[in-house]
Amino acid sequence: MMRRTLLFTLIQKEFLSEWRQKYALNGMLLYLASTVFVCYMSFNLKAGAIQPVTWNALFWIIILFTAVNAVAKSFIQASEGRMLYYYSIARPEDIILSKIIYYTLLLLALTLVGFLLYSLVMGNPVEDVLFFVLVVVLGAIGLASALTMVSGIASKAPNSHTLVAVLSFPVMLPLLLVIIKSAKYAIDGLDRSTYTDQIFVLLAINAIIVAVSYLLFPYIWRS
Amino acid sequence: MKKKWWKILTVLLLTYSILGAFLFDVPRLAILNETIRNLHFHVTMWFGMIILLTVSVIYSLRYLRSNNMRLDHYAVEFANAGVLFGVLGIATGAVWANYSWGEPWSGDPKQNSAAIALLIYLAYLVLRNSLEDSQQRAKISSVYNVFAFAALIPLLFILPRMTDSSLHPGNGGNPGFNSYDLDSRLRVVFYPAIIAWTLLGVWMVSLRVRYKNLKMKWDD
Repeated sequence: MMRRTLLFTLIQKEFLSEWRQKYALNGMLLYLASTVFVCYMSFNLKAGAIQPVTWNALFWIIILFTAVNAVAKSFIQASEGRMLYYYSIARPEDIILSKIIYYTLLLLALTLVGFLLYSLVMGNPVEDVLFFVLVVVLGAIGLASALTMVSGIASKAPNSHTLVAVLSFPVMLPLLLVIIKSAKYAIDGLDRSTYTDQIFVLLAINAIIVAVSYLLFPYIWRS
Repeated sequence: MKKKWWKILTVLLLTYSILGAFLFDVPRLAILNETIRNLHFHVTMWFGMIILLTVSVIYSLRYLRSNNMRLDHYAVEFANAGVLFGVLGIATGAVWANYSWGEPWSGDPKQNSAAIALLIYLAYLVLRNSLEDSQQRAKISSVYNVFAFAALIPLLFILPRMTDSSLHPGNGGNPGFNSYDLDSRLRVVFYPAIIAWTLLGVWMVSLRVRYKNLKMKWDD
């Protein structure tokens, strides 16, 4: 089979298996909605009454936890037998790429839904929506790829759910710092030329994470 | 005697750098005053940590290529020594910050990055402990070591330089310490001190690795 069609088939398979277990997807959406609502209720504020700094930080913390919950299952959930089957038919590079692409799309959808819900109840102070969405897209790519790789690592150990959080938080922190900073610039509606270098750093970190995952994944896949 | 020369060198250099750090004449600088002597302890810890952690990643990569358990012992022990140096670096930094900046923890970007770096390596050690099978532990944790190091590079070397708010020298518009306060009186102690502490780290690593190799043989 051609490389590209194989990759495409693998991504399609991810979508299909997600669609067959709709409860997982619904669970994630409900998790997101409840977290947003819990934050809204705990601040006990009217819409728009929260400082942009807090708004931004809270938004990304919600996204971070949603991402950990959504992506953590990527390798942990699959059974031994099924893993063995993939092992026999596909190259590990294709598997990790298909997972990264799939979870990026999933996280992107979740983040955008979260953004809508969040702005609905907490108000929307974002001035430069286009650039904010750009940061969201780049952030989703970075978080999804880092989490996919870490979940692959953690799936080999017992009590892997705790391990995913322990292993991924410090790895994602640099990424998250850049995301929060660039998002803050977009919220303040600064002149775009002042923070294009931040966007490039974000791109560079994403490139590092994806490249390293691509190179290292074959080693954990074999064990 | 052939293998011992660098240990003798370590002891000599350490003695020289510790005595030099406390007794030699130092330049009088505003605010820093005598605390500049901490340069020979605090900054050398960071140099040592970076060197040890880099060596640890190199051993992890070599392990992944060859599957030789001895290389994994080196990787984990270099990471252990790096963590020890990191903790000491944070502690000496906090003492220095308390005198120069007024509080032990001032949320400086480099302080925060250092704390995150330690979190990453503590996670690496937790991961190692949670895996039972030694071959699998070596492989999985080597992968995480390389992955975490790749994430650490932007954190330690790029992000702090992009902020203007750091109190450390060498960030944003703030020139690196080479240009204004590291004069020759400090250099004669500072460079030997880096070598001495790093060699001490290597010494500790070599002892621990010898112990582990013996234990592995014994278990077999």
